[in-house]
Amino acid sequence: MTSRPATVRVAGGQGFWGDWLEAPYRQVTGGPIDYLMMDYLAEVTMSILQKQKSRDPARGYATDFITQMERILPIIAERGIKVTANAGGVNARGCAMALAEAARQVGLGGKLTIGVVSGDGLLGRLDGLMARGHPLKNLDTGRPLQDVRDRVLSANAYLGAGPVALALQRGAQVVITGRVTDTGLTLGPLMHTFGWAPEAWDRIAAGTVAGHIIECGAQCSGGNCLKNWKRIPDLANVGYPIVEARADGTFDLIKHPGTGGRIDVASVTEQLVYEMGDPREYITPDGVADFTTIQLAQAGRDRVRVSGVKGKPATDKLKVSIAYFYGYKAVGTLVYAWPDALEKAKAADRILRQRLKDLGLEFEAIHTDFLGASATHGPLALKDVDVAAIPEVQLRVGVRARDEKPVDRFTREIAPLILNGPPSVTGFAGGRPKPEEIVAYWPALIDKRMVEPAVELIEA
Amino acid sequence: MKRRRSGGQKAKAAVRRSKTVRLVDIAHARSGDKGDTANVGLIALKPVYYPLLVEHVTAARVARHFKGMITGKVERFELPNLHALNFLLHGALDGGGTISLKTDAQGKVFSTALLRMEIEVRK
Repeated sequence: MTSRPATVRVAGGQGFWGDWLEAPYRQVTGGPIDYLMMDYLAEVTMSILQKQKSRDPARGYATDFITQMERILPIIAERGIKVTANAGGVNARGCAMALAEAARQVGLGGKLTIGVVSGDGLLGRLDGLMARGHPLKNLDTGRPLQDVRDRVLSANAYLGAGPVALALQRGAQVVITGRVTDTGLTLGPLMHTFGWAPEAWDRIAAGTVAGHIIECGAQCSGGNCLKNWKRIPDLANVGYPIVEARADGTFDLIKHPGTGGRIDVASVTEQLVYEMGDPREYITPDGVADFTTIQLAQAGRDRVRVSGVKGKPATDKLKVSIAYFYGYKAVGTLVYAWPDALEKAKAADRILRQRLKDLGLEFEAIHTDFLGASATHGPLALKDVDVAAIPEVQLRVGVRARDEKPVDRFTREIAPLILNGPPSVTGFAGGRPKPEEIVAYWPALIDKRMVEPAVELIEA
Repeated sequence: MKRRRSGGQKAKAAVRRSKTVRLVDIAHARSGDKGDTANVGLIALKPVYYPLLVEHVTAARVARHFKGMITGKVERFELPNLHALNFLLHGALDGGGTISLKTDAQGKVFSTALLRMEIEVRK
């Protein structure tokens, strides 16, 4: 029997595609870690990647991942750090091939085993699934997928930690996945390290909570933290989070010494409640975690201990993330200055809407925000404010339609207001807004038996 | 509405015994989105404040606070272990995600909007 370590460290390196480019490098060089976990996939990312793949079959993955790995490959090879990342998007194999090529470039040919987790892609199987009685109803509206079938751009089931752990068990040093849950990228290494059974529900729940805490990068270590935010030190040098886990399912949240930010009960609690639904039912493909059982304690400076997590068995469904073409939108802005800045912006909004109406343009929605006054807090913001004294207000008008035409015409109605609308207006240097395609999200469930995760290994 | 005299006196006495507290002084918060629903996690700044949140910041009270800003119902969940309440504000995001035309399409700052709420607590 192989001996198992007492603790394992999983470091969060990317909270989303577009997160801090420096973070992965800092995580592998700032102190000892065993795993680097990187999350790249937001709900709509898959459709963008699908579009890229349809133009070029070699693409369809998060290209930033390769750039980031090029920088850290020699370090992770030397230190034996393993990586889990859902950078594979809709082409995990292509992503692995690109990484293998990058590894050969830095002299690691024959020295890097890459695990590829796929089987999440359902786009080519949709009609068959629907014909066999899987309507893929929208979880929010209850409508069957048939309603938008001809506009579907991507469809992927959320896989869990199981195939990630399997790839590690087979000897992968880097595991590249398609649509694996953010939490699965952290839970997989813990299951593998400690030999947790898939039915060890409390352990599975604990690893899921660990994954949830670090899946948004520095958002648990001082970033975007409201409590005493002015006293959070050195955010310029913020330390990304590290889970230091034990076999019994308890774990500490820490960060590398000498980094900025703060890890305390408040910063971790804020991340725990982020995007929370029913706290007793945090559902993943791996199990159901009960967030009302989580115990937090400060166990040292920038060290929070998490214990007590209880879980329940997994459901027999997987969530499916479907993206479909919805229509078009555009947003135009202008800035009005004191005096009467808000009144001027409101007048401009009325004039603009009148003109859109007179042109006979039809929109599904027109939405106006007054930035500097009520854009974020609505009417609540203006309760105790001397409105006439507001120094400036940005008028921000958005329109949405199924058809591009009215949206395009709207984009030509903003600039004229500069000369033929209310006075003291500026801030239009960006030029005419552009109509944007809207790709919308269709969440659904599918029977777990319909999806078979696949694991393969590629040698660099 | 006309109040009976004894009721009015009771109300006055209650005002003398109570004070107005803004949530920003006793709680912190973070919010996020799931589709067209925003969530707000409201966390007591000190454990002793948690019972005040449970008593005063009800789902109905939060629905009134956000009147005109959300189109659906408000749900509340309790997390006594974290001294926190979780609110789901349905229909808060103009369709949510990529469809929404709002500046705050992902509901990121409903958190501090909730912290503007004032409650009357016993002195």
